[in-house]
Order: sequence, then structure tokens, then C-alpha cells
Amino acid sequence: MTKIKDNKAHGSKIKRSPGDQAVQIILYIIVAACALVCVLPFLYVFGASFATEREIIERPFFIIPHDFSLNAYVYIIRDGAVFRGLKNSLIVTVVGTLINMFVSCTMAYPLSRPYLKGRNFFMNMVIIIMLFSGGMVPSYLLISQVLHLRNTFWALWLPGAMSAFNMIIIKNYFQGLPMELEEAAVIDGSNDLKTFVRIILPLSGPVLASVSLFYAVGHWNSYFSAMMYISDSKLEVVQIVLRRIIFLTGSFAEDAGFDWGAAGSPPTKAVRMATTVVATVPILIVYPFIQKFFTAGVMVGSVKG
Amino acid sequence: MSNSTSAAKTKKEMRQYQRQHNSWKKAFHQHGWLYAMLIPGVVWMLIFCYLPMGGLVMAFENFSPYAGNGIVECLVKSPKVGFDNFKLLFTGADFFNLLRNTLAISFANLLIAFPMPIILALILNELRCMWFKRFSQTLVYIPHFISLVIVATLTFQLFNSTDGVVYNMIAQVVGRANAPDILSSPKLFVPLILGQNIWKETGYGTIIYLAALTSVDPELLEAAKIDGANRWNLLWHITLPTIRSTIVIMLIMKVGSLLNTGYEQIFLMQNAMNRSVSEVFDTYVYNRGVSQGQYSLATTAGLFKSIVSLIMVLGANKISKMLGETGLY
Repeated sequence: MTKIKDNKAHGSKIKRSPGDQAVQIILYIIVAACALVCVLPFLYVFGASFATEREIIERPFFIIPHDFSLNAYVYIIRDGAVFRGLKNSLIVTVVGTLINMFVSCTMAYPLSRPYLKGRNFFMNMVIIIMLFSGGMVPSYLLISQVLHLRNTFWALWLPGAMSAFNMIIIKNYFQGLPMELEEAAVIDGSNDLKTFVRIILPLSGPVLASVSLFYAVGHWNSYFSAMMYISDSKLEVVQIVLRRIIFLTGSFAEDAGFDWGAAGSPPTKAVRMATTVVATVPILIVYPFIQKFFTAGVMVGSVKG
Repeated sequence: MSNSTSAAKTKKEMRQYQRQHNSWKKAFHQHGWLYAMLIPGVVWMLIFCYLPMGGLVMAFENFSPYAGNGIVECLVKSPKVGFDNFKLLFTGADFFNLLRNTLAISFANLLIAFPMPIILALILNELRCMWFKRFSQTLVYIPHFISLVIVATLTFQLFNSTDGVVYNMIAQVVGRANAPDILSSPKLFVPLILGQNIWKETGYGTIIYLAALTSVDPELLEAAKIDGANRWNLLWHITLPTIRSTIVIMLIMKVGSLLNTGYEQIFLMQNAMNRSVSEVFDTYVYNRGVSQGQYSLATTAGLFKSIVSLIMVLGANKISKMLGETGLY
């Protein structure tokens, strides 16, 4: 039992058996491999977007291109669809998240007050929508034929205006704040609305940040509802543009009126890569800043209410 | 959901408080703002969640959008057919196929994708080099934030049989004639979807398990080591039991959504060649209902799926409570 020796020393300077160290090394290799698999596709696409057509076809795998070329990005900028898509996605995301947060917070606060009469009734209303729904066809008919929201961004904002799950995360957080805060405010003559806006909301920064983030990423990445409800090309979001450029365009428009020089035709493959890059980069840029919030958010969500 | 309150009120005080507020009139008078704040959410739920549930009557009629003016009149006037749509669905040639495809994808996810985050979390938990651990975590979380369209795009760029990088590598090993066309081969559809899921969600899934792992008692580990326990003993008898309730809760959620294969991902990977294995309940509802206008049949398929899911989530919850774990509801 050599292990006994190990336990004499705590902390980092523990002497380990060779077998133990071998296991450690294997674990490091596994984790490194997982991390690589997660980022390699992005690195390849990023590198290839700056490469020439010939290089993409001829070289099996590369991250740094030999012949640096910006043709693909020139094409994207001239075409304009991708940037229009980015602009539309930004509008959808910002306004959509604001609507989400408004509906979720106003719903969460009353439900977080234990003295609210009828609280269980409203809470059950929320739980039912988590468990059961009318399904796609009735919602589709409602949105397209009753409310006539086709080809407006409202079709992307309203149907998902609240997620029961996210609302409950906020509700649990409000519930966890000390009741004494509210009692003190009431003594000072504050009403429920003032208490909510001036005391509860300012104290809920972390949960509001995490949940806004969940909603925002959802809006940015959403494809299916835009596909169902938006057919006007002026309102296309970036996911739709990306999908169209990758799969639906066989050959690229040669009428872009640009001299592709030696390449002869628009760099189809590189354009695909570049479009993917442009659609991915916004998320990757904000990712490092939001990372701490989403870790916190998952933790908040895991505390059951 | 239990109504846990952090307020330091005793039950008696609470009851007294509630008695003072027992009339609705008084409640509205005192907390008018709270009820006003409920309005946006409640109105939204009524319009976008409960109203479509009323649309489920389509499953019991032969819905025609031309039966009257406006949807409501159509719903009322369309001929009622009882359970004929269900008979049509269950006896149709599609049904067996749908069920098989849906279950194949779901069970592949449940058996293979579900344990992945647990394994990765356990491995990450063993790492002693903190910066390496944190750096790898940052990298493995990234795919979660990428849209399914981009996942499909990357898949296409890596695996397509004209210039896909991975395809070319496989072709170099087994020869171009033997290399399977990954994107359109029906046999490889389930592994492809499974692979996408594993790639996208394994890293992010570790967060919750890593958090649960922080509650493993280090003293218990020390004591077990002194008693001669090796790595596996520690894992099996101390670490895993600590995170058991987290695993059970995650499993309940997974089982409850067994029929929800997610239409977006499947839809994006669906093509004419693999349709025989890629048509699942979710895509069927879209393809039949929204694209082809067979509203009643699609609604029926959706309703069947919703009911089975509901039963499964409630059942899984009950079983977990019977096993002494905390349930979700």
C-alpha cells in the first residue's frame, strides 16, 4: 500500500506512483484531443476562407494558406446579402431579447412573491406550457393566417416571447433575495412596481445577464422560424443567408461584375468558407466576455424551484 | 415545483398573513401592480400557448382552410371525423418508419451522447493543472454557441464527397471507390446526427456535472485512499454516488424529450437520399403540415408525440421519486 505515503503530503507536491502518472498523462491527452476536435473545424474554415480555390481543392488539410487571397471576402461584400443578414440578425436579436426580458421579468416578479393570491394558479399555467403544447401546425396557422405576421420580424419575436424555463430561473433568483428588502421599501412608502424597478432589478444583475444571454444566443442562432415565416429577401437573417449560400446555390452569380483574374470565376468554395466565418465570428467575439455569465446561468438554472 | 421561501417567516405567521389577504378584492387593491405585471406574460401564454392547444381539434376533424371565413370558422365548420386521423396515422406506411427513425436517433443519443459529458467532466475533474483545465473548458464549450446551420455547414464542408477534408482523408485510407458518401448514405445518417450532437453539446454538458463534482467530500476521498482504495474504487464508491442525483435529473429530462429529436438539426441534414431514415415525427409534422398543407394529419402526428412525451416525462419523474431521488416536478 504505497498510497499511504501519498497522504502525508497535501497540496501539489504529492509524490505519485508511475502508474498514476501514466493515467494522468492519458487524461491530459484525451482532454487536449477533445478541445482540438472542438476548434479544428473553425480553424480550417477560417484558414480556407483566405485561400485560393486551387489550394482548397489540392491541399488535404491546412490552417495557414500558402497563397493568401481576399477574393472570397470581396465577393461577399459586393454581394451584400451576408451583411444585410448580419444587420437583420442584430435587429432580431436585440429587440427580441428586450421583449423576452420584459415579459419574463414582469412575469417572474409577481410569481416570486409568496403572498400573491392566485400564485399557484399562474404557476401551474406556466408549468403546463412546459409540459404540453399545441404543436407546430396550430401555431403556424395562428401566426401566419390569424395574426398575419408573415414577413415581419414579429413572427420571430412574439411566438417565443417567453421561455418558461428561463422565467423560472429569474423567479427563483427573485425569490432568493431577502424579503426584508421589500418590507423596508414598503415601510418607506414604495409600491410593488417601484420596489421591483428600484430594488429587485438592480440586485439581480447576474441572473438577468445570464438569461439575456440565453435568449440572445437563441435569437442569433435561430433558423427554423425564419425559414417558415420570412420569405422576403430584404428581411433574411444571417442563418438563412448562410444556408442558402452553402447548399442552395449551385453556381455563383457571375454578374457580380468583378474581374476574378487568374481564377476566372467567383471562388465558390472559398466564398462558402468566408460566409461561414462571417456568420460565426460575431458569436466567437462575444464568447469570451459572456463565458462567465453562462457558467453562472447554468448554475442558477440547476437550483430547482 | 415546491414553494421554498427564504423569508424567515414561520408557517403560522404565513397563514395569518394569508388570512388577512383572503379576499381577491383586497388582494387586487393591495397588490394591483403585481397583477398588472402578470398581464403581458399571461396574455402571451393565452395567445401563443393555450390558443394553439385549441387548434388541436384539427386532429379530430378533416380540417380544410376553405371551410369558412377565418381560421376559427374553419375549425368549427370542418367535418368532424373522430379518431379517423389517428387510424390513418397508425395504419399508414409512414408510421412505423417514423417511429423507428425517431427512436433510433433518440436511443443513440440517450445511450451514447448522454454519458459523454459525465465522462468528460470526470476526466476534467481529475486534471491537476488548473490553467490547462480552464483553457480546455473554454474551448469545449464553444460548439454549444454555434448555430445548427453552422454545424450543418461545417459538416458539409468537412464530409462532402467532392472536396470535404475528412472525406478525402478517409478516401486516401480506404480508396476513393470504397469511401462512403457520408452525407447521403442512409446507413450513416444516425451516426452523423449523433456525432453532431456529441460535438456540439458534450463540452457544455460538463458544466452541470463539474458543479456537482465540487460537492465531493475531500475527506472521504482521503479516508478511502488510506484504506487502500484505488482510482476506480474512489470513482465508483464516492465520486459517482455524489453526482447520482444530478445524473438522474438530467436523465429524466432526456427521457421526457425522447421523441423530440429536434426538427431543425434533422431538417438541415435531410436530403432526398436519406429521407427513408431521416424522417422523424418533428420533420414529418413540418413537411406534411406546413409544406404540404395536410393540416389534420400533421396535427395528429404532433398530438400523438406530445401525449407520449407527456406520459414519459411524468412517468420518469415518478420512477425517480420512487427510487428515492428528487424529481423535477
